[in-house]
Amino acid sequence: MTVCSWGKYPKVEAAAVQHLAWRHEKIDFDPATSFLAHGMGRSYGDSCLNEGGTLLMTRGLDRFVSFDPETGDLRVEAGVTLEEILRFALPRGYFLPASPGTCHVTVGGAIANDVHGKNHHVAGTFGCVTDEFTLLRSSGEILRCSRTENAGLFRATIGGLGLTGLILDAKIRLRRVRGPFLNVKTIQFGSLREFLQLSKELGTKYEYSVSWVDGTAHGAQLGRGLFMAGNHSDLTVEERKEPFVPKLVFPCEAPEWLLNRATIRAFNELYWRKTVGRAVEGVQHYVPFFYPLDAIENWNRMYGKRGFFQYQCVLPFGDGEEACAELLRRISAYGKGTFLSVLKTFGDVESPGMLSFPRKGITLALDFANEGKETLDFLSMLDGVVAEAGGALYPAKDARMDEAMFARSCPRLAEFVKYKDPLFSSSLWRRLGEPNFGKGA
Amino acid sequence: MKGNVRKIAIFGATSAMARGAARRFASEKAEFVLVARSAEKLDAVKADLLAFGAARAETVLCDLSDVAAQAAALDAVWNALGEVDAVLVAYGSLPDQKACEADTALAMREFANNGSSAIALCNEIGKRLEAQGRGCLAVISSVAADRGRESNYLYGSAKAALATFVDGMAVRLSKKGIRVIDVKPGLVSSPMTAHLKQGPLFASSDKVGAGIAKAIADGKTEGTLYLPGIWALIMFVVRHVPYFVFKKTRF
Repeated sequence: MTVCSWGKYPKVEAAAVQHLAWRHEKIDFDPATSFLAHGMGRSYGDSCLNEGGTLLMTRGLDRFVSFDPETGDLRVEAGVTLEEILRFALPRGYFLPASPGTCHVTVGGAIANDVHGKNHHVAGTFGCVTDEFTLLRSSGEILRCSRTENAGLFRATIGGLGLTGLILDAKIRLRRVRGPFLNVKTIQFGSLREFLQLSKELGTKYEYSVSWVDGTAHGAQLGRGLFMAGNHSDLTVEERKEPFVPKLVFPCEAPEWLLNRATIRAFNELYWRKTVGRAVEGVQHYVPFFYPLDAIENWNRMYGKRGFFQYQCVLPFGDGEEACAELLRRISAYGKGTFLSVLKTFGDVESPGMLSFPRKGITLALDFANEGKETLDFLSMLDGVVAEAGGALYPAKDARMDEAMFARSCPRLAEFVKYKDPLFSSSLWRRLGEPNFGKGA
Repeated sequence: MKGNVRKIAIFGATSAMARGAARRFASEKAEFVLVARSAEKLDAVKADLLAFGAARAETVLCDLSDVAAQAAALDAVWNALGEVDAVLVAYGSLPDQKACEADTALAMREFANNGSSAIALCNEIGKRLEAQGRGCLAVISSVAADRGRESNYLYGSAKAALATFVDGMAVRLSKKGIRVIDVKPGLVSSPMTAHLKQGPLFASSDKVGAGIAKAIADGKTEGTLYLPGIWALIMFVVRHVPYFVFKKTRF
């Protein structure tokens, strides 16, 4: 069966696809093959793929296990999506404590990639708000993992790309809110320097922040963008009607000529002009604020059959700032970085995972249509800039980095491999040479 | 809206559609008795409903395809709840059509599981609701009941027997103030259909479950209910396609 991830590159054949429906069901871990959990398939590259092996589809593990309305402690099976949690939590006065830019991911996937969101500078990653999970190893052992119990396995599994076994269920701490609305402020910035200043000034005042950066601007306009910040509003659904959020579907794979330098530049220009004047304030529903792209189902079809790469790196403050400007210069000169370019600063909250991506610094993420060697060469060149500045790439979004870049991005790889499950593997893991640091085959 | 449905019995409580319906009532603090074969699965569903806010959830182990075993389960349900506001019959299986063609004994077992045993159960539930003088019974049959298709006519014929029985019972009990609903879901993505290729017509079991809960709670729906509603139209067409055309279709 052909399976692909959200980036539609690569497309691989899984030898078998097994749909899991119940936590207690025995899985036959045949040592002749390899296993990998697959939830919503929203990773961009090949971290959720297992060419020639077995995919354990976790979406059927979608039950809630327990909820304490007093504390907000919630335990769910690993296939429950963040959207399902939001629908459950909001009417009960709670909200997700950390969420990526789409709610169509499973809890298991959120842990395995240690995802982050707009409140990273306050709350840290998804792993930071996860108290405990149950892990099934290919030996048949079921282990409870937390900061105090099987702590090594806990830290290896968070951000562990699914390689430590199958997460069966997890306990997270929800955050209290009064309603689904946010007080949002959008501010224009003219350069990277201004962006960093805004992040510093407003980071303490706003729980959520993210910026869009114009990947096509150059010269004096290089690094211009919109800084969007928000706090939960006290407005309840009784006081303000929930807006109708239309559901659009990208109907088919777009022709490849649709995205070209001219259309990309035009879109960026329009987006820049969206904010009239330097700053705009208002009240916004959580869906368009947190999940603007979820409004268009299958938006990845915009890139056509060839698929796309998402490039996300993190650069340290200080030296990394010039490197970030250099990346923007090169991306703008290349002219094909699309309009979904995101800048954010990561704060001090340390990620618990051994392979977790978020670390203190500036993170930049943007998409590139897959135009074969040309794109791959360009991205390798960006890797050089990132590596030199002591930066890292996000494995969950990667389909092409080399082993050296992976080792740079995951400095605790040697510690991690001690906890890897021998029968779990992925296309990404094999592409990156299955590092084992002399642990034996 | 769902506040007046407080005590609910679910036969085949581990079905994904049943859970979708039950969650809506659980959020309103309803009480449940859940009947199914597997203790482990029942425990998982029970925990789910308690997390959603159910005031109470009891479990009863029973293989409902065994008609002789049903009486004990029915007693357990009514003993636990006293009066029952709503009953949902949701159990069934999707048999392997080819295997049923080759093995008549298997075909009859599958027919009993999806058809005759459910008829027996509904007959008994009907009596109990009649004795209460109130309540609502929703039974999940299938759009497969509407026409025999090459790929699953054993399943279709069992569900057809059940659907016709439930329709008739709906008319009879309607006069006594009891609502009976024959739920005909279209294509539903659930563990039962996970192995099939999922096209755009597939609805989530949660969505169909929500439709069932809405129909139970609205105080007026009775008789046949297609879910999602578009299937009323689709099946109207399917039923009226002439045989010589139907024969050439592949679905």
